[in-house]
Amino acid sequence: MDISIFFGALEQGLLWSLMVLGVYISFRVLDYADLTVDGSFALGAAVAAKIIFSGSDPWLGTLIAFLAGILAGIVTGILHTQFKIAPLLSGILSMIALYSINLRIMGQANISLLRMDTIITSAENLGIDSKLAVLILGLAFAVIVSLLLWWFLKTEMGFAMRATGDNAQMIRSLGVNTNLMIILGLGLSNSLVALSGALVAQYQSFADVGMGIGTIVVGLASIIIGEVIFGTTNLLRNILAVVLGSIVYRLVIAIVLQLGLPPTDLRLLTALIVTIALASPIVTNKVQKFFDLKRGAGNAYHSKCSQDI
Amino acid sequence: MKKVISLLGLMVLLAVAAFGCGGQNTQTDKKATAGENGQVVKVGIIQITEHPALDAARQGFIESLKEKGYTEGKNLEIDYQNAQGDQSNLKTIAQKFVTDKKDLILAIATPSAITMAGETDQIPILITAVTDPVAAKLVKSNEEPGGNITGTTDMTPVKEQLELLQKIAPKVKKVGVLYNSSEINSEIQADIARKAAATLGLQVTEATVTGSAEVQQIAQSLAQKVDAIYVPTDNVVASSIASVVSVAEEKHIPLVVGEKGMVEGGALATVGIDYYKLGRQTGDMAVRVLKGEDPAKMPIEKLKDSSIVINKKAARSMGVTIPQDILAKAQVVE
Repeated sequence: MDISIFFGALEQGLLWSLMVLGVYISFRVLDYADLTVDGSFALGAAVAAKIIFSGSDPWLGTLIAFLAGILAGIVTGILHTQFKIAPLLSGILSMIALYSINLRIMGQANISLLRMDTIITSAENLGIDSKLAVLILGLAFAVIVSLLLWWFLKTEMGFAMRATGDNAQMIRSLGVNTNLMIILGLGLSNSLVALSGALVAQYQSFADVGMGIGTIVVGLASIIIGEVIFGTTNLLRNILAVVLGSIVYRLVIAIVLQLGLPPTDLRLLTALIVTIALASPIVTNKVQKFFDLKRGAGNAYHSKCSQDI
Repeated sequence: MKKVISLLGLMVLLAVAAFGCGGQNTQTDKKATAGENGQVVKVGIIQITEHPALDAARQGFIESLKEKGYTEGKNLEIDYQNAQGDQSNLKTIAQKFVTDKKDLILAIATPSAITMAGETDQIPILITAVTDPVAAKLVKSNEEPGGNITGTTDMTPVKEQLELLQKIAPKVKKVGVLYNSSEINSEIQADIARKAAATLGLQVTEATVTGSAEVQQIAQSLAQKVDAIYVPTDNVVASSIASVVSVAEEKHIPLVVGEKGMVEGGALATVGIDYYKLGRQTGDMAVRVLKGEDPAKMPIEKLKDSSIVINKKAARSMGVTIPQDILAKAQVVE
């Protein structure tokens, strides 16, 4: 087992962690299972790649990719709040639409960014060692985005957004427009997902229309791994846990590949990890109850786990 | 904390269980004995997805190495990794190969080749099943690649295929081109078909699909407007070729395709690229690189011999009579 395997997983985990933070906003903060991300991840990649390929500034391309993600999230939010389409279906509709939109943006299915100026090469031009450029960029993005998100969720609006996910009725009675919160939250969520897509496209040197497939599952797996391992005692810790979860997820995959597991089974493995993590509190609860009953103790065991969905 | 340990334990268990039942996938033989010059050559194979054509290319490559004296378990160690269509795995695989210090890498299909090229400019990379290496920025030019990359392209002989259609069905005037707009290779081929049709005096109508679920319906609407259908080497349409065949048979119009696999699946004819042969040709180039030749100066090669493949049963059901001179030199499948 070579140290550079960990290095590669760390790089990837950091770049993908922005996507995971995005999924965290929709899935945990808003309590909204948003499938738009499968489309918006590729949207970010497509927009950035197109702009970079046409010779414009990669930082500008990355910024526009971020803004495109906001739009994608807002559309899903409007579908759900204004047209009363179910959350899951709203996301699926956006995802399907984005497939065609991404093809339109790129004008082809796959754009190669080999030997183009990307933000990674621009970091190298600043004199950063090319071996460390991705790591430093990824770390910078992950830290800045995490801190901004932490700050935002503690503002009045951030509280309103969290309350919308926790107890929409209660917060509506306090005069908060929950529909607006959902639209904004999904916009914010998908902007981070698209930003992640833009970074990943530059990192792997191509954008492809099929890039976003499975994004939501990777996001959920990373969140759950992070929460289980690093805990959810307070907001900052939770946000950092999500980033670390993304790194651990990539590490598990890299180790598994190194061990010689056929990648065929990777998705099955991911699904199993997520299922086990989600099911574990309920299973523990049932087992505990069973023993309580056997011992004749009347008090039901309360799971202190915060992972009930 | 208990949960953490159990979860981690479980991940490891799952990984080990999967490793236990999938050991044959990475065919590395640690006990490889020295080859002719006392060295074991480490070859990594990176493939985007499981697909008959890509698998055939891989087998041809391995076969060619074997014939040239590189035998697995003796002086050759092959590490075959497949990303199962998940592009985020490609990068992980590419990094693994660089870490393992492979002597040579075979990259099958465009995304694998680009990812691998982004990871190393030192290790020689042989590409195959890449339609346009220049457009993918893998090489400076097909004649003089100029880096660590060379190999073979699977650019199909589109023009020859349309010419074959004209020989088989001289009355055809309107050709419908059916492909999936999200594959760059298909886009390129459709473009060539458009230009070639103009020189052959054919009119082209294009119809695009975005997934295999739509193929049947789009093929039906296309068949209303044309007197023949042409399908390039498109993964999505290839996987649902059976539904295009049924439409063509129902309407009695010829269906000419981009590769042999689709003819075996019921289409009428192709001037085909045999991916197994293409892989073999790539293997021959790999051996030259292993013997010390510089990939920067080895031109990208096309398949040297393409062959006509005809499906006789399809000819009957599509109402076509194959001229005897074509049948004589064609490979016939039933």
